[in-house]
Formats: sequence, C-alpha cells, structure tokens
Amino acid sequence: MGDSIQFVLNDQPVAVADVSPMTTLLDWLREHRGLKGTKEGCAEGDCGACTVVLELADGRREPINACIALLGQIDGAAVRTVEGLRGPEGAPHPVQLAMAEADATQCGFCTPGFVMSAYAFAAGGEAPELDTIHDALAGNLCRCTGYRPIVQAMAAIARLPIEPPARPQPRSASASFGAFHAPRSLSELLALREAHPDALLLAGATDLGLLASRSRKPPAILIHVAHVPELRMLQDGSNSVTIGAAVPYAEALPLLVAHFPALKSYLSRLGSRQIRTMGTLGGNIGTASPIGDMPPVLIALEASLSLASRRGTRRIPLEEFFVGYRKTALDADEVIASITLPKLRPHEVFFCDKLSKRRDQDISTVAAGYRLGLRDGKIEDVRVGFGGMAAMSKRARQVEQALKGEVFSAIAFEAAAAAVAEDFQPIDDWRGSAAYRLQAAANLLRRLYWRIAEPGSTVEVEAL
Amino acid sequence: MKGGVHVSERHDSALKHVTGRALYIDDMAEPSGTLHAALVLSPITHGRLRGLDLGKVRSSQGVVGAFAAADIPGANNTAGPGKHEPLFAADEVQFAGQPLAVVVAHTLDEARAAVEQAVIDIEPVEAILDIATALARESYVQAPSTILRGDPDAAMAAAPHRLTAEFSVGGQEHFYLEGQIAFAIPGEDGDVVVHSSTQHPTDVQQVCAELLGYDFNRVTAVVRRMGGAFGGKETNATWVAAAAALAAVKTGCPVKLRLPREIDFIATGKRHGFHYRYTVGFDGQGRVLALDAVLAADAGWSLDLTPGVVSRALTHVDNAYWLPHVRAVGYACRLHRQSNTAFRGFGGPQGVLIMEDALDRIAHHLGRDAIEVRAANFYADGHDETPYGQKVEENHLPRCWAEVKQLADFARRRAEIDAFNRSNRVLKRGLGLFPLKFGISFNLAYLNQAGALVHVYTDGSIRLNHGGTEMGQGLFVKVAQVVAEVFKVDIDRIRPSATSTAEVPNTSPTAASTGSDLNGWAAWEAANTIKQRMIAFAAEHFGAATSDIDFADNHVRIAKPGSNQVLSFGELAKLCWLGRVSLSATGFYKTPKIHWDGAAMRGRPFFYFSFGAAAAEVAIDTLTGESRVLRADLVQDCGTSLNPAIDLGQIEGGFVQGQGWLTCEELWWDSQGRLRTVGPSTYKIPGSRDVPPVLNVKVLENVPSREATIFRSKAIGEPPLLLATAVWTALKDAIAAVGDHRTAVRLDAPATPGRVLAAIATVKG
Repeated sequence: MGDSIQFVLNDQPVAVADVSPMTTLLDWLREHRGLKGTKEGCAEGDCGACTVVLELADGRREPINACIALLGQIDGAAVRTVEGLRGPEGAPHPVQLAMAEADATQCGFCTPGFVMSAYAFAAGGEAPELDTIHDALAGNLCRCTGYRPIVQAMAAIARLPIEPPARPQPRSASASFGAFHAPRSLSELLALREAHPDALLLAGATDLGLLASRSRKPPAILIHVAHVPELRMLQDGSNSVTIGAAVPYAEALPLLVAHFPALKSYLSRLGSRQIRTMGTLGGNIGTASPIGDMPPVLIALEASLSLASRRGTRRIPLEEFFVGYRKTALDADEVIASITLPKLRPHEVFFCDKLSKRRDQDISTVAAGYRLGLRDGKIEDVRVGFGGMAAMSKRARQVEQALKGEVFSAIAFEAAAAAVAEDFQPIDDWRGSAAYRLQAAANLLRRLYWRIAEPGSTVEVEAL
Repeated sequence: MKGGVHVSERHDSALKHVTGRALYIDDMAEPSGTLHAALVLSPITHGRLRGLDLGKVRSSQGVVGAFAAADIPGANNTAGPGKHEPLFAADEVQFAGQPLAVVVAHTLDEARAAVEQAVIDIEPVEAILDIATALARESYVQAPSTILRGDPDAAMAAAPHRLTAEFSVGGQEHFYLEGQIAFAIPGEDGDVVVHSSTQHPTDVQQVCAELLGYDFNRVTAVVRRMGGAFGGKETNATWVAAAAALAAVKTGCPVKLRLPREIDFIATGKRHGFHYRYTVGFDGQGRVLALDAVLAADAGWSLDLTPGVVSRALTHVDNAYWLPHVRAVGYACRLHRQSNTAFRGFGGPQGVLIMEDALDRIAHHLGRDAIEVRAANFYADGHDETPYGQKVEENHLPRCWAEVKQLADFARRRAEIDAFNRSNRVLKRGLGLFPLKFGISFNLAYLNQAGALVHVYTDGSIRLNHGGTEMGQGLFVKVAQVVAEVFKVDIDRIRPSATSTAEVPNTSPTAASTGSDLNGWAAWEAANTIKQRMIAFAAEHFGAATSDIDFADNHVRIAKPGSNQVLSFGELAKLCWLGRVSLSATGFYKTPKIHWDGAAMRGRPFFYFSFGAAAAEVAIDTLTGESRVLRADLVQDCGTSLNPAIDLGQIEGGFVQGQGWLTCEELWWDSQGRLRTVGPSTYKIPGSRDVPPVLNVKVLENVPSREATIFRSKAIGEPPLLLATAVWTALKDAIAAVGDHRTAVRLDAPATPGRVLAAIATVKG
C-alpha cells in the first residue's frame, strides 16, 4: 500500500507519503506544509475562509473548501493557495491588489478565501454582472465589510487576463493510500466494495469530509469513487438524461439546466461554488439526508437509479431508494452508478422551490419539486416531491391525488394545499417550526398555481 | 506628505490580508514542545456537579495534563474582584457548554479525543430557559434598574390616547471569522506571555494573574490583530486565555487553545435577546406624553457585562425622541444559557426598538403618517434633555431626517410601493425610516482613559503603541494618521505595533466605539510631547525661536532671519539623540465632562452623541414569509472623519450586521436548553447577496464635532449597526400592507420566514 499522494501545489510537484490520506487538505497545508495563509473559519465547508483553487485538466479553475477536502482526494490534482498568487516582479497578484484597493479587507481573516474565489471568478472569464458575482461569492462569509467593496473588487477583476493554470498530472491507474482506495474503473470499484463492505464511499466529501474536519474522526476505510469513468459520464439520450453518480454538480449543471430550466436558480442555491466543484448527485442521494436539496426535485422528475454490484446492475425508482431516516435500499456490495431522468414531454412543466433562512448556501427548511402534465386545461399527470417535511424526501401522494385528473384551477390547488397536512407531519427544528413547514409547503402549491396560471407575474422576492 | 488625518488612507494591513501574510495567533510559529488544548464542557443545562473523573482523560494518548477547578492555584474567577464567574464549574453547572476542565496534549486531535473520556456526574436541576419564566420567578443577575423622569403614571392617566404592546428580539452570535484563541508561553519563574485574540489585554493580564495567584507584573498579554471581534472578545477572550495560561504554567510548556467553531458557539456569550412590554400615552398629533416600559434582557447564567448592556439599553430607549414623562425598567434575567456579553451597540440597538415600535403603533392608531409622527417627537429646543439628564446639545436629527428622505427619494417611492402592493397578489413591499442618536463613551466613566507610547528612532522612523486593539476596524491606521499629522511625516514612517500590557498598562477594552477617540488623543499627546522636545532642541541648537520651527512634509524648517535651514525629520531626530534628547514619550487621555450616577441613573454618561438616519425598502413573500432588503439609504454623522474610507467600511459593515441580527440570524435552543445553531451551516449571517442591491451611504458633511474630539472626528464603530432598525420597520410596513394597513403589526425579530409568515396571519383578519 505504498502509493504516495502526488499533486501539484502552487506550480510545484509534491509527493506526500507519511501523512494520513484522511487528513484534510487544510490541516496538511497549515500544519505540515507551513502555509498559514489559508484559514479555518468553521471546518464545515460553510464560511469559505479555507478556499483554495483546483486547476483542472480541462483548464477550468474551481474553488473548493480545503477544510473538508481529504488529502487522498487531491491526488493527481493541481492546487493553488493564496501563497501561490503572484504578480509581476514579486508584487501581489492583480486580484489581490484589486481587493486591497477597494478597501475590501477589514479584519482580513476571511480575505485569503475571498481572494481565491475571486481568482477563480476572474480566470473563468465571467461577466461582471451582480448575479454572477454573488454566485461566485456565495461560499464566502465576511463579517466586517458588508460585502460592497468585495463586490466592487470582483467587478474590477472580471475577465482579467490570468496566467495559464498549472496542469495537473492525473493518475491513470488505481491507487491505494493506506485505507484510502482510489479505483479507476467500475470493476475495480465493485471489487473493492465487495471486499470492504464497511468502507464508506467517498465522492466529493462535501458531507463526509466533516467527519475529518469538524468531528475529527475520519473514517477508517474509504473508497473514492470520483475517478471511476463509468460514474463520471453524462448522457443526453433521446428520451432521458443520465448523470454519473460521481459527476460534480458544476459539470452536471449545464445538462440539467438545458432540460430542466427551473433547476438553474435552484442549483445556484445548492451549497456554493466550492461545494458544487466537489459535490455530486450520487453523494446527495447516497447520504439520504431528509434535507438534501436534490432528492425531492429528482423524485418529482421521476428519477431512477442504476445500482451496480458484481452481481449485476439493477434500476430502482428514487422514491423507493429511500426507506427511512438516512436509510436506503443500497445493498452492502452496491454502488450508485448513475441517475436517469426522463425528459419533459411537450405538455409537461417542471418547477421547484427551496425555502431557507438565507437565499444562498443554506440548507433547505422545505424543498419541493413539481412535475405536471397539462392537457386541455386538465392536470393529466402530476408528481410532487418534498424534502424537509419528513424523515426522508418523499412523494406527496395525497397532494398528487388532489390534483390528478382535475381541471387546472385555483380550486384544485387549494385542495392540494389542504392535502399537505395529510402527507406530512414535519418536526420543529432550528430551520423552521412544524407549523411553518406545513403552512409554507401548502402555500408553495398556491404559489405554483399562480406561477403556471400567470407566467409573466412576479411571485418571488428574488425576481424584484 | 502621505496619510495625515482626514484622508482615506488604506488599512495598514490590507496587503498582508490579501496575500495571506497577516499573522493571526494560530499562524504564529510554535515553539518546540507546544501543547494543544481542548475543553471539557458540561452536557447538562443546569445541575449539581457531583463528580468529574479525568483519570481516563489523563491516560489518553498524547495527553500531558488535565486541569479542573481544584487545580487552579489562585481565584477560580474570570470576572474580576467581587464577582463570581468561575473559569471551571466547581459545584453548580449553569449552562450546557459550561467549561469544566482543560486538557492539553501533544496534538490537537489527541486533546480533542481525550476530552470525550471525561466522566462527568451532574445531578440535573430544573433550568430556566426563557425570559418569561425568569421574570415570573424573579431570577435576575442584578437588581432591576430604572430610568425615571416626571410622573409617568399621572401623565399616562391624563393622556388622550394610550396603547400597550409587547414584542421580543433575539440575541446574536458574533461570528468573528477567527474563533477564540489564546497561546500562552511560560518563561522564567513561571511568568507567562499570553497571545490572546482579545479586545481587552488588561483583562486577560489581570484575570490570568489572579487565577495563577500572581502579581499582575508576571503576566503579559499581547495582541497584534484579531480576525474580527464585535464585542465577543471583550470578556470571552479572557477566560479562553486564562485556561491556556493555567495549562501552560501547570505543564511548563507553551499551550495553544483554539475553540473549534461549534465550541465557540456553545461556550461563549452573545448579544442579549430582549423582551419588551410598554404602554405609551400620546396626544392627537402623535406626540408622546408618557412612556412606561419594561425591558427584560436575557443575561444568561452570569453577570458578565450585563449591567452595562442594560444601562445602555435604558439610556437609548429615548433614541431621537423627547419623552416628557418616562419610566423604563430594565431586568437582567438569569437564564441557564450562555452568559451574554458585549456586542456592537451594547444594548443600544435593543433599547431603540421600543420607540420605533410605539411610534408605528401611534401613527397607525391615529391614521397619521409614521414618518411625520417620528419627526414630531424629535429632540428640539426646549425639548432637549434626555430622561437621564443629559442635554442633547448638538442636534443633527432634523438634518439627518431631511437628507435621508432626499437620498431615498422617499415620497415618490412611497407612492410607487403603495401602487405595487395594490396590484401584486403574492408580494408586498414596505418602507421604513429610522432616526438615530447614539451616545459615545463607556457608561462606566473610569474606562474612558487611554495610554500610548511613541518612540522616534534616529533614522526618523517611528514606532507607535497604544492600548487600543486592532480587530479589523482600522484603529491602527487611524491612530497612525494622527501621529503622522503631529510630526508631518509620511504614514509609512510609522510602524503600529502589537498591543501589549508591557508597553501600555492598565488599559480599557477597545469597545464602545471609543477606540480612536481615546487612543487617538493619547497618541497625539505622546507624539506632541516628543515634538515639543524636538522643537525646543532645534531652537536652541540653531539659535532660533521655537515659533520659527516648522514641521511640514517630512521635513523641519528652521526659519532664521536671513537663512532658512531645512532638515529631514530623521536628521533632526538624529541631532536630538546626539544632543541627548529623549525621543520616547507616553501619552495619556481621559474623556472630559462625563459623570454618571448608576444608582439614580442620571448624569452625563456620554461625551457626545452620534447621529444618523436610514431608509430601507423590503419585499416579502406573503405565502412563504421570505423577505429581501431591496434598498437602503444611510446618512451618518462622522464628525470630521479621520479616515472616510475606513468610516464607510464601518457604516456598511455595521448596517449589514444589524440587518442580519434583525432578519436571518437566529439562535435556537432545544427543549433541553442546548444551543443547536452552532456553526455557519445552521446559523446564517448575511451573505453578499443579502446586502441591499441599492445601498447609498451619505456621510454628513461639514459637521465637525462640537466637543474637542481628536481632530473633531466622531466614533463610528457602533452607530451604523442601529441604522438597520429601518429594515425591521420596513418589514412591519410590508406585513401591514397585507391587511391594507388596517392592523398594527407585531413582528418579533429575527424576522425569519417563519416569523414573517406568522405575523402575516395576524393581520389577514
């Protein structure tokens, strides 16, 4: 098991042999490498003070949270930290200068993370539009400035000519760093899965990484699925879309949004760019959290999963995959290989909603997806999925029944709203009370009616 | 010359911030043998500590020591003489998260793993978990205090109209990005240097010394910078430092204690939540005739800084308004929760909410315009004495009001928003205006003092030290500007240095917005002392009159009849040294005019007032309770600003922080009294998108401070936070629109979607 973890750090090749692969990238940078510019603000991937940039083989530069990235995941990657930004003749990098010149620093603790998000934004060639800038900053919290000067600096550095990225040197063969296994094919993955039924499957580590960072109890055995080509495929079929379970959101997003435009805004609220660089649909489904953002909308979209094992492959509707609180139908030797979504037919519409205390980078209080087939003024078919309303994401069967076959009308949606309480008995927690969840979920159906009935009307505060 | 006063000099550490080279305590090089610490915390909300067995902790891998109350050589007290706030609970446990012991190990992970081996035996006792219960049982950390003027009972009885209402506001986690941290390094004889992320190095020094049974002179507290503080590192940093110092002295090794974010949330105090009840009497014009108010603060389990917070809340109940007859009673309720503490505004933001609520209700009751009703109650000639006896001598309220209405284009937008509300079936928009008067000075008069230490070296470079601490607010650059102005040298020649109790002793916390007011003057005194010595020497040396010596643009000009001599500042410094002139001086400042009788709640607690006004526009979704702030217009008095760019940063940052407090930031305890919002994934501070897309800031022009503040500037740290009150008012306006403004609105804060939706239900009728 003598593979060393190899990657490019600030343009320099690095080989790490004597450090646990379950060490977080942040701890390694700070404690082993002595690079103290990258900060720990929360150790849960939410504040962005630890943001570093991955320089990918396709030339993209994407931010990640170093606090929840495990060293084993970084093998074969190219990483840039705040220390790796340089301007001409030893001067600060233009991105760094822009932040200083805008008075965008006060206490400075969050600043290196903002600088790295800004660097990725500038390198991406995006336009200096407010919506895009906020999207690029959603994973970084500042408690001092009120953000205005940071936004101003972002506008100044948009489309800045940036030096070419470092090229990562991806590994082609499978590797094992101690108990961190990184297979390069589905057959190797399935063999490992069978051999290590107690191992955890690791995709992007945006959830699992917290075991190492916040809980300080990294898993004993990990199988890293991110490099398995069969799990990284995207397929735009004639009637359906298939997304490999280990495709990061950032890469799945264009395909999803092309077919389900309502997901554009929704996915922009899923975590942050840092999270979407690493996080995957397979991970969001596999953790079976009742407050995962994707399951309710995927249920509404009639998603099915392809589950693979050495015994073969089976297909299961997503709503049957969840069997209880964080419990799934996945067998001990199986992995989620891919997710398939039937495309919308001409008479179908799809909408989704997320309620949370903060618009960006928040966990949903209530999440919902709705797919309706409308023909001749009637609701021919309907699927509604809700998250945050029960121990798992679920179809709202009574709501669906209230709508199915009915004339599309406010009356039908009133009946659907009333049926929410038959489908769900939510709980009180810090995200919202049971009473709020019930009322808001019912009202989301009322709002859905107006959205479809009056397509041009403004029914969301975001639209103002 | 570069960087005197009144210019927008950049933060002195800006380039270090952006390159990652600014060192915070966790970034310091660790001496060999450094140990890492973790805390054993109470899992129980209230109970009797029957036993704490650390045997298995001590035998855990890598552990060097574990220390609890019995291991403290001196006083188990973090709050100073006469108070009882133990570092580690010894008998009674008062909140879930209360520290019981500190564990040190070779690595951080070893320390954090070892604390789980502690065997804690606590007999649970019924806990008080809300303000209502505390009031019912008279569970207080101090006796109620009252501000009383006139005869509120008689005036209330005689008033043509009366209204009674109640509401509440939540607390607020500071969420400094750099969590609490201290690094204690023991030296000879067990003396200890404590690097602490603290706003109050002297408190760290004194509490550590008393805990260790030392004279104060054996402990040195040092802080170069904090990664944010906001009041959260005024007293809470102290106990963190004390735990580290205890372990360092006990083991003889350097000890670093850094609280993980979750522990920081659980173990440290926050902004006080408040519950309010009031009755207001008024005439047909909406003029307030009497106010009878109760303000009940959630103090948490101990006193901490609650007396000051309640006092400031009571002295800000009036805000901008003249109240002829008033009784305001402040209760400091003891709950079994984190002990609440200083947070930017220090009770002021909580105090001003009452009148804003009352005036909205009065306007609604009379069918009058809430904006005009506010203005009708402003302090004015003849109506210029606060309920606690201080005169409002410099009244910028009418001007702030006029300017904010103009800046916000208020009248036009009011009509536009009303039209929108008539046409949209789901969304409602609302407008809110807020006038601000905020008192500047520590409520405790003795804290209003500061010291500085300035050295001029023989190359003309200058080292600056003072008792103020840098937490991101730009204090170091402002004070350096003052020194540059005195010597007329480029600011680059001045090196601000880490705050240390070894350089300037017996300091006050950097708090109450007073940092630049106090330390600016102290540094001015120190620099001017040296300058006068240099002038005297130069006059003698060059045979000129002292009046002929002129400092300008990095040079000193000696104007003699017939010949002018010009030296660089450094050349004169060297000449002075050769001439055996001391080029080092201390400076000291104490705020004049202030006095306060805490028992009578009367006096002049504030050197001056800061003024401002805000207008905010919001939109709410009446189906989901979601809200957005669409626009804010802010007018703020900075006197003659020492540094307009730094002040702008304080205005914007303070406003957004206040907006967070009143909207998305919610602390949530479960039914067992355990805090469950313990990190950014569960506790939501504003993100960049939450900032109003239109945010106009206007600094009031040509308003030099009437009092002799440093270069006629004014404090800026806290006042802008209160401007966010306009957001709360605007939300109430939007909610009222759901009921076509037929019903007044009670909106508890933070105005989460849940609270907004619940408030909407009350006005739908």
